[in-house]
Amino acid sequence: MNAEKSPGSRIAKHAVLGDMPVQKELTIYFEGKPLKALEGEPIMAALVAAGVTVFRYTKKGSPRRMFCGIGRCTDCVMTVDGVPGVRTCVTEVREGMRVERQQGVGNWNIQAEADHA
Amino acid sequence: MRNDGKPAVVVGAGPAGLCAAIELKKAGAPVVLMDENAKPGGQLFKQIHKFFGSREHKAGIRGFDIGKELLAESLRLGIDVRLKTEVVGIESGLKVWAVEDRSKSYTLDAGKLILATGATENALSFPGWTLPGVMTAGCAQTLINVHRVLPGKKVLMVGSGNVGVIVAYQLMQAGARVAAVIEALPRLGGYGVHTAKVRRAGVAFHCSTTILRAEGKEGVEKAVIAKIDEKFRPIPGTEQILDVDTICLAVGLTPSIELSCLAGCRQIYVPELGGNMPAHDDYMRSSNESVYVVGDIAGVEEASTAMEEGRLAGLHAAWAMGYMDDQTMKTRTNETRERLQALRQGVFGQKRFAAKERILAMRKDA
Amino acid sequence: MSNNEALKTTGAPSLEELRAVGQLASEEEMEGRGCLCIECIEEIPCNPCQTSCPQGAITVGFPITNLPVIDRTKCTVCGLCIPACPGLAITIKSVKDDRARVRFPWEYLPYPSVGDTVRMVDRLGRELCDGKIVSIINPERNNKTAVITAEFPRKFVQDAISIARRNIDV
Ligand SMILES: Cc1cc2nc3c(=O)[nH]c(=O)nc-3n(C[C@H](O)[C@H](O)[C@H](O)COP(=O)(O)OP(=O)(O)OC[C@H]3O[C@@H](n4cnc5c(N)ncnc54)[C@H](O)[C@@H]3O)c2cc1C
Ligand code: SF4
Ligand code: SF4
Ligand code: FES
Repeated sequence: MNAEKSPGSRIAKHAVLGDMPVQKELTIYFEGKPLKALEGEPIMAALVAAGVTVFRYTKKGSPRRMFCGIGRCTDCVMTVDGVPGVRTCVTEVREGMRVERQQGVGNWNIQAEADHA
Repeated sequence: MRNDGKPAVVVGAGPAGLCAAIELKKAGAPVVLMDENAKPGGQLFKQIHKFFGSREHKAGIRGFDIGKELLAESLRLGIDVRLKTEVVGIESGLKVWAVEDRSKSYTLDAGKLILATGATENALSFPGWTLPGVMTAGCAQTLINVHRVLPGKKVLMVGSGNVGVIVAYQLMQAGARVAAVIEALPRLGGYGVHTAKVRRAGVAFHCSTTILRAEGKEGVEKAVIAKIDEKFRPIPGTEQILDVDTICLAVGLTPSIELSCLAGCRQIYVPELGGNMPAHDDYMRSSNESVYVVGDIAGVEEASTAMEEGRLAGLHAAWAMGYMDDQTMKTRTNETRERLQALRQGVFGQKRFAAKERILAMRKDA
Repeated sequence: MSNNEALKTTGAPSLEELRAVGQLASEEEMEGRGCLCIECIEEIPCNPCQTSCPQGAITVGFPITNLPVIDRTKCTVCGLCIPACPGLAITIKSVKDDRARVRFPWEYLPYPSVGDTVRMVDRLGRELCDGKIVSIINPERNNKTAVITAEFPRKFVQDAISIARRNIDV
């Protein structure tokens, strides 16, 4: 099974919630590849919409994705703009944001952070 | 009589906290409402189904619409709502320690403190439970109803209480297929009208059944379930393999009691309502007279009961702070208690009613 | 009172369980303009069926956990209570010659269109037979619960409750 391609999609139409409201599109970079995200949504939602299943690997190499979706469990942490351990379920996307899988607790990427600032 | 302008501080802007703050503000009391999230509403905005109850309980209105109404009311009243503000500590003398935006920290002296911090979903461990694709039912509900993304296409729901059954229904509304709902107990937990609408959509319910393991390399590809005996041991030969990509866990909620512990509230154990929780009286006051506990933190029930409990505390705190006369407090409190009572009848309500009565009795013994 | 074994193990009430609380309508009652069928056999705190009925034909009373009781002499089968019930537990069934109709609540996309051939399902979600969509309404006051009428062979009238979901792309 390919970790990048998996079930997951946007719910454009819904019997109760109605049509998806038009939202501004942003571009974020997942593992260096551009990916469409919607303004105001958390990183998790953009990745799920794009069909990303693996958000990170533990030190022993086992894959993880989101679990609680509300910032409690830290399963969903990734390296965001060079900073590891960011909870992607409660962190909003920003234009140009770089999101990377981390291995174990990840590494601080000082260069990436400086680039961003 | 009014206490030196110190505000009532409400922690948690779910249905319970919002209603408490609304009652306080309506009475003219200074109130500050804090929530760690960027948006208020707690669990309400995930709940897109029509609520039960009667007209006074807003029955027939969908959860998120109730949320919108409460928000509009709090805005109209001009309540000081502080979002992205996590309360991380309570010090003696009711000093509330808050952290804004995960960076700015400050303290605030509270006249009264109302804790409406809700509950946290329980996890369940089995081989493969950390695989991508295993998530809490609330996580799936947040993804589909708030963020509008579908985390998977074929789902196994573990747990047949109302949360499990409602989220199974909502996953189908979002376009997924639900392979089955499994329940460890011999009988289903959720309301029959909820299970019936899920069943008629072709979803199998399996009682006395557990999940043995989730299989897959980079994510869930299969779930293996099996029947269990009275001692909850899997019965060999009853294994069944389900072809699913998502496993949702709806195995109960535990009150989020941390702040009430810090505030020195006496804790009691009530398994029917989620485990440990602060003891409280029938005004929702904890063992610390200045600290109220409302909603799921005071025993996991439903949004409708959480709202009424919030009102009870709001009314009493407003009165205690000198912003409401005796008569108004008594009348409004009685009305609110009647509405609460109405929700705690019947086979489902009675269990909770009995548990709540036990809490009140325990509090009197203290 | 029975312990609702079927409801609490299969998820759906059996015909016996419905009959036991007087909630199974006979085919005679369904003749002609049809009759209201409520399948709400558990004591839950709920009464929008009562408050939504302009004729006062449904009584829950106090406590609000009582089971709803229909007064068929007052009911005009207008269907207003169908979308009001949060449990989606109300339908209207009618029979005429060898055909039957069921009017039921529906909250899934895609909606069927009038004239579509659909699969009728029973309470356990099993497909029974083909049916034809006769009408679908979803005015503002329904608050997003559409009400659909489907027609099908009469012999399935006691079992048919809804239609199968369609176009699930799995
Ligand atoms: C996944 C899930 C699904 C549910 N589905 C239903 C349903 O369909 N129908 C129903 O009636 N009930 C449902 N419930 C039960 C639900 O618990 C109640 O409906 C209701 O939301 C409880 O209200 P509350 O105000 O007590 O808590 P919540 O709505 O949980 O609100 C608590 C708020 O406090 C915040 N908070 C907690 N700690 C802090 C802190 N230290 N600092 C700042 N803020 C904090 C939280 O982030 C949250 O916003 C569900 C619960 C869950 C978890
Ligand atoms: S069909 Fe109309 S008249 Fe009959 S019970 Fe329902 S709302 Fe009342
Ligand atoms: S509104 Fe529906 S679920 Fe509620 S009591 Fe009436 S029939 Fe039962
Ligand atoms: S999924 Fe649990 S913290 Fe993000």
